[in-house]
Amino acid sequence: MRDIAIQIAYIVSAGIFIMGIKMLGSATTARRGNRLSAIGMLLAVIITLFDQGIVSAGIQGYAWIAGGIALGALIGGILAKRVQMTGMPEMVALLNGFGGLASLLVAWAEYATLPVLGLLPVSGEMRFTLIVSALTVIVGGITFTGSLVAYLKLSGKMSGRPFLFAGQKAINFVVMLVLVAATVVLALALKDYSATAFYTLIGGAFLLGVLGVIPIGGGDMPVVISLLNSLSGVAASFAGFIIGNTVLIVAGCLVGASGLILTVIMCKAMNRTLGNVLFGGFGAASSGSGGG
Amino acid sequence: METLLLLLFIFTLAAFLGFELISKVPSQLHTPLMSGSNAISGITIVGAMIATAHIGGEAAKWIGFGALVLATINVVGGYVVTDRMLGMFKKKDK
Repeated sequence: MRDIAIQIAYIVSAGIFIMGIKMLGSATTARRGNRLSAIGMLLAVIITLFDQGIVSAGIQGYAWIAGGIALGALIGGILAKRVQMTGMPEMVALLNGFGGLASLLVAWAEYATLPVLGLLPVSGEMRFTLIVSALTVIVGGITFTGSLVAYLKLSGKMSGRPFLFAGQKAINFVVMLVLVAATVVLALALKDYSATAFYTLIGGAFLLGVLGVIPIGGGDMPVVISLLNSLSGVAASFAGFIIGNTVLIVAGCLVGASGLILTVIMCKAMNRTLGNVLFGGFGAASSGSGGG
Repeated sequence: METLLLLLFIFTLAAFLGFELISKVPSQLHTPLMSGSNAISGITIVGAMIATAHIGGEAAKWIGFGALVLATINVVGGYVVTDRMLGMFKKKDK
């Protein structure tokens, strides 16, 4: 009964997100849309407090959750209040990076609770979970370091010029191959190699995020942030598959898909294609604070 | 397995819906829209809450706690930043 109530609340919350995104696309309703979407988020958070796993963790579990939310809200609130209007795009990049890392950590926390690998026969579903965990780590990790580089470039803490070096594409390709290999090893659920594969995934994803964004000029960062925002949605959605949570899957996927469309729209507004922005290796000349 | 297929089903529908949701967005709304949907991607806060309360061990709990702090920063910061941006936007219009 309680599970059904939670699922229904998640459906309501997902519906609110859909309306919120829709309203954000029009000037007259945008602010209300954002506030509506915040209410959807609040609903999802409150209803999750009744989740079976959380309830059975008891008062201690609630204390940890309250502490984490209080700390996060304090930091997030201060960051958002202090930032100058001109510094908004890089603040969005930073916040987006945190979201990506959070999804990565959710995958890690779940991985850390898996029953001892190699002792149990591995079911098909468990293999699926392991593959999705790998994907969550890859996408979340790229989002995190990619957003950090975007933040550093936009805030001027790092040069906005495209950073190019010989063999860049070959290195990217090798890192991608390593990530694929680590995903396969993780899916095989071999006791001795599983943890190594998992940490390799984290490291490789972090590296790929940096390598992917440093060759892009500061002027193109708003497009990159939009794409990374889409990726952080995808990471959240994948994390939803790991824990079997519907609202994560739906809301994350909505952001992933709508974020991708927005990215393409932003490219078109600059008379560019997405491929051109990502792999062109220029764009340093245009102004650094654009995007809106 | 059936649950899994059901989850894949809603994932696919959500993807199509997401693609349809955004069409003509005025360019001055690009950044707020990006920022607002960035706050929504903080929905991973729900996963972090579940991970934090996990009885699966000390390490998992701390990792979950880290996820929860970061996701909350994303959510709270994301909504406040977007609201500030849109508030400015309105004043400029008048």
